[in-house]
Amino acid sequence: MTTALLSVQGASKRFGGLQALADVSLAVRRGQIHGLIGPNGAGKTTCFNVITGLYQPDSGSFVLNGKPYSPSSPHRVAQAGIARTFQNLRLFGEMTALENVMVGRHVRTRQGVFGAVLRHSAAREEERDIEQRAHELLRLVGIAGLAQRTARYLSYGDQRRVEIARALATDPLLLALDEPAAGMNATEKSSLSDLLQQIRAMGTTILLIEHDVKMVMSLCDQITVLDYGRVIADGTADEVQRHPEVIAAYLGRDAA
Amino acid sequence: MDLLVQQLINGLVLGSMYALVALGYTMVYGVLNLINFAHGDVLMIGALTAWSILQLLQHWVPDWPGLIKLTIAIVGAIPVCVIVSLLIERIAYRRLRNAPRLAPLITAIGVSILLQTLAMMLWGRDPLPFPQVLPVEPLHVAGGLMTPTQLLLLLLAFASMVILTLVVERTRIGRAMRAVAENPRVAALMGVDANRVIMLTFAMGATLAAVAGVMWAANYASAQFAMGFVPGLKAFSAAVLGGIGNIYGAMLGGILLGLIESLGAGYIGDLTAGVLGSHYQDIFAFIVLILVLTLRPSGLMGERVADRS
Amino acid sequence: MSASNARFSSRTQVALLIIAILVFPFVAAPFGNAWVRIADVALLYIMLALGLNVVVGFAGLLDLGYVAFFAIGAYLAGLLASPQLAATIESLQMDFPTAGIWVAELFGPVIAAQGMHLSVWLIVPLAALVAGIAGALLGAPTLKLRGDYLAIVTLGFGEIIRIFMNNLNAPVNITNGPQGINLIDPIRIGPVSFAGEAGVVRLGELAIPSVNAYYYLFLLLCVVTIIFSYRLQHSRLGRAWIAIREDEVAAKAMGIHVRNMKLLAFAMGASFGGVAGAMFGAFQGFISPESFTLTESIAILAMVVLGGIGHIPGVVLGAVLLAALPEILRHTVEPLQMTLFGQIWIDAEVLRQLLYGLALVLIMLARPAGLWPAPRKEQHLQTAEAAP
Repeated sequence: MTTALLSVQGASKRFGGLQALADVSLAVRRGQIHGLIGPNGAGKTTCFNVITGLYQPDSGSFVLNGKPYSPSSPHRVAQAGIARTFQNLRLFGEMTALENVMVGRHVRTRQGVFGAVLRHSAAREEERDIEQRAHELLRLVGIAGLAQRTARYLSYGDQRRVEIARALATDPLLLALDEPAAGMNATEKSSLSDLLQQIRAMGTTILLIEHDVKMVMSLCDQITVLDYGRVIADGTADEVQRHPEVIAAYLGRDAA
Repeated sequence: MDLLVQQLINGLVLGSMYALVALGYTMVYGVLNLINFAHGDVLMIGALTAWSILQLLQHWVPDWPGLIKLTIAIVGAIPVCVIVSLLIERIAYRRLRNAPRLAPLITAIGVSILLQTLAMMLWGRDPLPFPQVLPVEPLHVAGGLMTPTQLLLLLLAFASMVILTLVVERTRIGRAMRAVAENPRVAALMGVDANRVIMLTFAMGATLAAVAGVMWAANYASAQFAMGFVPGLKAFSAAVLGGIGNIYGAMLGGILLGLIESLGAGYIGDLTAGVLGSHYQDIFAFIVLILVLTLRPSGLMGERVADRS
Repeated sequence: MSASNARFSSRTQVALLIIAILVFPFVAAPFGNAWVRIADVALLYIMLALGLNVVVGFAGLLDLGYVAFFAIGAYLAGLLASPQLAATIESLQMDFPTAGIWVAELFGPVIAAQGMHLSVWLIVPLAALVAGIAGALLGAPTLKLRGDYLAIVTLGFGEIIRIFMNNLNAPVNITNGPQGINLIDPIRIGPVSFAGEAGVVRLGELAIPSVNAYYYLFLLLCVVTIIFSYRLQHSRLGRAWIAIREDEVAAKAMGIHVRNMKLLAFAMGASFGGVAGAMFGAFQGFISPESFTLTESIAILAMVVLGGIGHIPGVVLGAVLLAALPEILRHTVEPLQMTLFGQIWIDAEVLRQLLYGLALVLIMLARPAGLWPAPRKEQHLQTAEAAP
């Protein structure tokens, strides 16, 4: 029985004169890959930023795993269980790939000043666990050999993988990916799809913004379509593909 | 009541000097999004250059009217300040325009130290008595006292601000400045040479700082290599108070800060029952700065300066 | 050269360096105490630079008022290990008699007459604690500010502290104003005072100059500071700080509580400065506000920037260069100028300033990562790094 892991009701956000989100509601079901698509400027990233606490919504209610949360600060959102990647890649450039992923473990670990300075056995054990888990995740996303490379100098595709591994390191309930396939060629996209399916199989729910319509249709169990800040369709790939408003939004009124 | 009027006059005089220097900070921030840490030292160079000029004038033509000598000193100090300021832009800032923002700040700190060291080598370490070429007898103005030097300072400051306003609002150059401040790339597409505009901005700021520096030294009858640091910092606080990036804000902020400092120093003894004395005067500017940045970062008239993602 | 050969030669290099550091005071002895004294001060600067490195290098917060924590540590030693507290109580009794008498009673007649003389083992942790709290307090208003504004505000705080130190001699004499605090107790370990008699410390049969005793103590403290810094850097905390430095938004999104982490960085960095300050007070026996000016904050920043922001060996190098070099030059360049020109064109103070200014400008323009930056891992895949 799939229940809503994330439930957003009536989210709105205005920037000066622009209504970026208008009464957006969506429900992401547990264990699914949920797509968020729409033409450029539809408000997809704004929606993401609101859900993950980067922007403060003007209104809306947000429930994650049955518990309401107020997306007031990104770090609380991460603690609650949503981890995200960024459209324009936000890695910690001077750190190695491994260290980037290790940072992801921060929210689930505890050692503070005393642990750092005294390095007692509990601290050392936690550090070992952090490093081990980071290696595992790098293996999962397929770049185990790049662990010691400085992130800034990795290829674009590898950097994207590091970002996904880093987000997974927070043990999220929901993994929110903002255009993870941007700039990838067909082979890379195919292997990314495989990875996302693998992640889903491991039990992590995924919310995905993506422009590659083919990829979205084949990958996503459920799709929400935004246009001008409003939800214009919500359903399975088939339903959404046939929806007249969706066709109109992408191809223009006359094509519908 | 007399004390109040006097403090107001003092505040106005002090504030005019702050305003002149604050304008330099705010204009550079407007076009480069950068705090020109070395700007206070341009003020110092102006003052010391004027000192040297006055030494020469006092030696060769002691009979000339004080006002003429002072004018020559100012006119002589301006080009030196402009050159120094342009050099700073060229050396410290131009190459680092795309570097992370801390880099030009660190370089500016280094430049500031170098300027002070240079001044130390040329003019020595000790404060130099600045020649009093204008009559020292104070005038009675509106119930308080003001020396002719201070009156001249007010007039020069006022005139400078009016001229600057006219230039910014009414001339092509001014429009170009405003365009670059708003959006350098689009301005470039419209045919505006950003480099030239930036150089001009530095030059204008330096001119105002030169005037402020000479008048500061004349007012306090002293000039020294380290004299620019504290006024520079306070003028920066004034610019932030008024709203950094906004020229009218700088003028307003300068005058306000001068008044706050003057009134504060005058009454702090009464306010704190003698615990704090007037030598805490320097703290006011910092407190204003911290309060403004914490509570109302956009200042009285300007744009947001808090961390932007 | 094979890998094991290369490692051997670098191991011998390190061993030689360690030996050189350990015998230095005895080697320098025939040339007078001045050189060891310079080394003592340089060691203090290393601690300061490492402390600032936590704030600037790890967390990326440009603190231009760092000297304030040095001052706090020093004045704490001044208040708690000298006759000053007696003077404070006396001035309190004069201007606020009721409070004065109460406080005198609280401290007792001995302290009211002679001041407090706590042992160094109490003062050092106290200095670290008080400076750390001050660090968090002074950092708190800056948390939302952009880099250059943060710098200016911290600069303002540094100046405010100095102005207070300079003026807190009336109505109650806490800091003794511009005259500073005198007669600060030297370090005492057991029965042995580091000031010794006439500058010589006697340990049973051994007699070493006081400056040498301080040299080894400060060396020990430096080593501890280096180890602390290294451990902080390679820990969950260090990673969080560097993440904040690299990309604050991403750091937040990964669950890092940025606000608290920044406060912690300020506090930790400040505590290093506090300890160095307390040591400075005990070492010199005398402190005044003149030692805690903006120039000092900038000097420490220059050391971090010159050496390599965020890279511990680089920071140590930068500190050694900028602390020792001006003094060395003073001892060589000034006499040189006298012989060549008959007068001194560039004196030590000017030289020091020139070095700081040039260090900052040239490094930022030519080699912004510093003289000894962290090695980049671009092409070669490295085997697991050795860690102490």
